[in-house]
Amino acid sequence: MREGYEKEGCGMQKADVVIIGGGPAGLAAAIALYKKGVTDIRILEREKKLGGILRQCIHDGFGLTRFGETLSGPEYASRFVRQAEELAIPYMTDTTVLEIEPAAGDMPLHRVYASSAAEGFVEIQAKAVILAMGCRERTRGAISIPGTRPAGVYTAGVAQAYMNLKNKMVGKEVVILGSGDIGMIMARRMTLEGAHVLGVFEIQPYASGLPRNIEQCLNDYQIPLHLSHSVTEIKGVDRLESVVISQVDEKLAPIPGTEKEYPCDTLILSVGLIPENELTWMAGAKQDEGTKGAAVDEYFQTTVPGIFAAGNVLHVHDLVDFVSMEAESLAEGAARYVKEGSLPECRLPVTGDEMVGQLVPERISGQSDVTISFRVRRPLKGCAVEIRQGADVIVKRKLPKALPAEMIQITLKAEQLNDRENLEVKVVC
Amino acid sequence: MLRTFTCIMCPQGCDITAELAESGKEKQRDGSGNGPVIQTVSGNRCRRGLEYVTQEIENPMRNIATSVLVDGGELPLASVRLTRPIPKCRIFDVMEEIKKVRRTAPVREGQVVIADVLGLGSDVIITKTVEKQSRLEEE
Repeated sequence: MREGYEKEGCGMQKADVVIIGGGPAGLAAAIALYKKGVTDIRILEREKKLGGILRQCIHDGFGLTRFGETLSGPEYASRFVRQAEELAIPYMTDTTVLEIEPAAGDMPLHRVYASSAAEGFVEIQAKAVILAMGCRERTRGAISIPGTRPAGVYTAGVAQAYMNLKNKMVGKEVVILGSGDIGMIMARRMTLEGAHVLGVFEIQPYASGLPRNIEQCLNDYQIPLHLSHSVTEIKGVDRLESVVISQVDEKLAPIPGTEKEYPCDTLILSVGLIPENELTWMAGAKQDEGTKGAAVDEYFQTTVPGIFAAGNVLHVHDLVDFVSMEAESLAEGAARYVKEGSLPECRLPVTGDEMVGQLVPERISGQSDVTISFRVRRPLKGCAVEIRQGADVIVKRKLPKALPAEMIQITLKAEQLNDRENLEVKVVC
Repeated sequence: MLRTFTCIMCPQGCDITAELAESGKEKQRDGSGNGPVIQTVSGNRCRRGLEYVTQEIENPMRNIATSVLVDGGELPLASVRLTRPIPKCRIFDVMEEIKKVRRTAPVREGQVVIADVLGLGSDVIITKTVEKQSRLEEE
């Protein structure tokens, strides 16, 4: 494909940086890069408009950390879109990236191939590529619910797109499986639009979304939350007619005899998000087992030099404010990479104990300030987190209450670190 | 009497415990009158927690987000929110008012579609610009 295209000799572009994804991560990275003097940027976005998933997240609560006020998703996005437009950062919408070919010996630039509605096949060669593709939802297939395959089974984000972008009501009698934030937000949204939400059922013994959403999306509307429950059968031929729900034991296995049938026409799944990384693996970047995103160093650089990742494509965040912030930190490293051609080596692995999940970054240099992000694997009370290098405890922070739903971030200063020993994150209870 | 709250003022979601005493007067459904009186509050990591608990026992307030219909736009609807929270017990009344709104594209972010909805001191504003549908998209 590449050879044939080159023979044609048409339309190849060059840029310092290509950003894949025009959502909150991509936009924040673009603006921060521009402000650092790296202005030769292209943002590639597969939807018709910039803004990413925020366009359908019409509820408020965004921007409290960033702007000190509470905004809806579209308003939060538009603050970044407007800034990108004011700076005249070039972007292409309706453009899907097909492949990233990493730089190699005789080919010093990364090549990004894309299909654009306006321009057809596009190749952009760039010094650096920023991965900002976000994440996607786990589906019925991912959790293997037995039963028939009727209409009326949606992921929460799909139901949200129907209701908030297309003006299509997805159902009237609704069961929600999974207590992710989007599921709870959709429980409220559908109730406001006149649907009856029978309940939210969560397989784990704790909620996976934020406590404030249990309060303002479920309790406010008297929607029950049933923990340690899951859907064990889907019934219906053309349209969903009912779901069977069972209680589960400590091993999350359904307990026989606890089955209860709930007549309903809609089942909404809010059962987790997965970073959307097909392009990342095509580019040869190594995966981090914990986050399922790319393994990155403290500059957010993947194992492929010059390819960076931030936002939900790297690890799923609970708040967009932190996505923007992370993309801005990425921009610092990426700008330096573009100007200097390389970044300092990061040789020290960052590891966590069995209570620590989703640890980012994977490697550090031990010579600069760095923010460590992670989640606890189950709800904890009265514990503490220790960050150590060898025998030294660099930071000890109390965790009066820690939930898997909440990302924990701890910033370490360069002067606290040495550049010889691995960094360990431990939870002590 | 002890009552626990999950603060919704920010994503921290503090678990707050409040010790309440009866004021003796019946609290009205619209929020007026005296409900219980707060004796002590603990568990909040900032003062907005106290504000939240006070509001929760006096007259719980919420913001809501929904959409209004848009004719001739690139999308069939535009998202809206309230500029200030309204009493929780009036949410569905306000939803009914918002459902009556119909606008013709373009509509702009920040545009007021209902001023002082139901006299509650809050405006309903557009949160997403919806441009006119272009000829191309119609085809």
